[in-house]
Amino acid sequence: MRPRTRARRVAMYVLLTALAILFIFPMVFMVAGAFKPDALVLAEGNTIRAFWPTDASFDNFVGAFRRGRFGQLFINSAIISTAVVGLGLVVNSLMGYALARLPFRGSKLLLLAVISLMIIPLEAVAIPLLWMMSLVGLRNTYTVQILPFIANPLFIYLFYTFFLGIPRDLEEAARVDGAGPVTTFLRVSAPLAKPAYATVGILSFLFIWGQLLWPVLVTSGPDVRPLPLGISVFVTQPPISWGQIMAFAFMMTIPLLVLFIVFQRWFVQSVASSGVKG
Amino acid sequence: MSTTDASPGPVATAEHGSDGRPGSSSRRRNLAGVAFTLPGVVLLLLFLAGPFLMALGLSFTSERLASPLPTRFVGLDNYVATFTSASFRKALGNNIWFTAIVVPVQTAMALGLAILVNQRLRGVKVYRAIYFSPVVVVMTVAATVWLLLYSPDRGLLNGILSFISFGTLQSDWLQSETMALPSIMIMSIWQGVGFQMIIILAGLQEISGDLYEAAAIDGATPWQRFSFITIPQLRNPLIFVGTVTMILSFRLFDQVWVMTRGAPLGNTNVMMLEMVNVGFEQQQIARGSAIAVIFFLIVLTLTLIQRRFLKEEVN
Repeated sequence: MRPRTRARRVAMYVLLTALAILFIFPMVFMVAGAFKPDALVLAEGNTIRAFWPTDASFDNFVGAFRRGRFGQLFINSAIISTAVVGLGLVVNSLMGYALARLPFRGSKLLLLAVISLMIIPLEAVAIPLLWMMSLVGLRNTYTVQILPFIANPLFIYLFYTFFLGIPRDLEEAARVDGAGPVTTFLRVSAPLAKPAYATVGILSFLFIWGQLLWPVLVTSGPDVRPLPLGISVFVTQPPISWGQIMAFAFMMTIPLLVLFIVFQRWFVQSVASSGVKG
Repeated sequence: MSTTDASPGPVATAEHGSDGRPGSSSRRRNLAGVAFTLPGVVLLLLFLAGPFLMALGLSFTSERLASPLPTRFVGLDNYVATFTSASFRKALGNNIWFTAIVVPVQTAMALGLAILVNQRLRGVKVYRAIYFSPVVVVMTVAATVWLLLYSPDRGLLNGILSFISFGTLQSDWLQSETMALPSIMIMSIWQGVGFQMIIILAGLQEISGDLYEAAAIDGATPWQRFSFITIPQLRNPLIFVGTVTMILSFRLFDQVWVMTRGAPLGNTNVMMLEMVNVGFEQQQIARGSAIAVIFFLIVLTLTLIQRRFLKEEVN
C-alpha cells in the first residue's frame, strides 16, 4: 500500500522517524557514553548532551580492557562461539541430511524424536546438566560451554526440511557417476544448502554470543568467562565506571553489528524462518 | 529407493555399485545414514534427552550439589516445597503478570510497525532495519544500557520526564516497588518487538493484493479492510508470534539478572531466577529440578495450544 496524498506521505515520514528515534536512542547513548570522560557520562546523563561524546577519547576502552578484562573475555567468547557454530553446522547438517536423504531402520522414529526434543528449552535441563558436569569435573572449562550447544533439534529440523526440498536429480546424477553418499553430500548437496547454512550459522551465533544462564551456572572466574556474564559482573565491580561499562557494551556489540550490516538480508530471513530466539 | 528400482540403464548399474554386488550401494547408504546421524544422536542424548529425564528423576529426590549426604527418594516433597514457597509463588505471579502485559502489547505494536514498514515509500527499508536493530544488541548489553537510562537521579528517562512535565514527574523505575517490573517490560518490548515485526511483515507480504482491490471496489473502509482482510489473513503469524512471546516471557532471565536480581522485595523475581537461586546458589539440585519440570510443563502446554490452533489452518 502507498499513502495517496503528499501530505499523508510527509506525515508518514514524521511518524516513521519519531519511532526510529525511540528505537535507536539507547544505542546512540551507549556509543556517546563510551567515548566521553567517565564523570560526564553521569553528569550529562539526564540532558540532551547524553547523546554527544563530549571531550571524546579512548580512555574508557583502555579501562574496559584493563579493569573489565575485555580482551580475555572476548577471546573466551570467540573460542566458544566459533566452536559451537562450526561444529554445530557440521553435526546438524549431517543429521538433517541423513534424515532427509539416507533413510535407515528407525530413521522415521528418530525424526519424530528430534521434533519432540525441539520443545525442551535449555532452561529445563540446565540444573541437572550442571549436576552432571560437576560430577565429571568439567565446570569452569571451555568444553562445558561448547559441548551442550552443538547438536540442536531446531537446526537439525531446519536442515532436514531444506535438504528435503532440493531436487533429487542432481544427487542421482552424482550417484550414477559412482559417487558414494559422503562425496555426494560434500560435492552436491551441501553446496546447494548454502542458505540453510547461513540461516543456522547466524541464528546459532546470535544465541551463543548472548548466552548468559549457562555461564552463570558453570563458570566462576574470568579465565573462561564469556562476555555476557563478563558485562554483568563489570556493572557491579567497584568503583563503578559507567564510561568503561558503555565502552565494554559497545565493543561487545560490534561483532553482531558488523554481521548484521554485512548480511542484513540473511539476518532478517533467518529470524523470519526460525521463530525461536534465546 | 523407488526411483532407482524403476529406471533401467545406468541408474540400475549404479545401484549395483562399482564392485558389482547387488544392493551394496543401498547398504552403503544405510550405513552412511547411521554414521551421519551418530554424532548428533549421541550429543542430543547426553545433553538434552538425558538431562531432561534426569530432571524428572532428580526432582523426586533429595539430591544436593557436592553433598556427602546420601540421596533419598522424597516423593513429591520438592514440588510441595516449591509451590508453598512464597518466593516461588511471587516469581510465578511476576511471570504471569509479565506475560499478560507484554504479549498483547508487543504483538499489537509489532503488527503496527509491520504495517508501517510494509508501505511503498522510499527509504522504508532503512526504517525496517532500524526497528529491527535492537534484536542484534545482546540482551545483557541492552539491559546494561537501560540500567543507566533508568537511573533515578542521573538517568535520561527521568531527564526527559522532568523536562516535559516541568520537573513534576519523576520515577524511581527499577528501584520502585511498583515500577520495577513494568520498567523491565518496557525494555524487553523495545528489544524484542523488531523480531515479531519481521515475522508479521513476512505474513503481510503473502496477502494477495487482489483481496484489497476487491474490497476497494466494494467500497470497504480502511478499518473494514484491516479487520476483514488483514487480521484474518495474518492468523497464523499472529498466533505464532503470540505463543513464542509467551514462552519467551516464561524464559525471562537475562534482563532480571543484570538489572535487579529480583529486587526490590522480590518484585522482579521470576521463575528462572528462582531456579538459579535454589538449584545453584543454594545448591539444592533436586528442588531446582522440580522448578525446571514445572517450567517445562508450562512451555509444553503453550506449545500444544499453539500447534492446535495452527493446525486448523493447515487442514
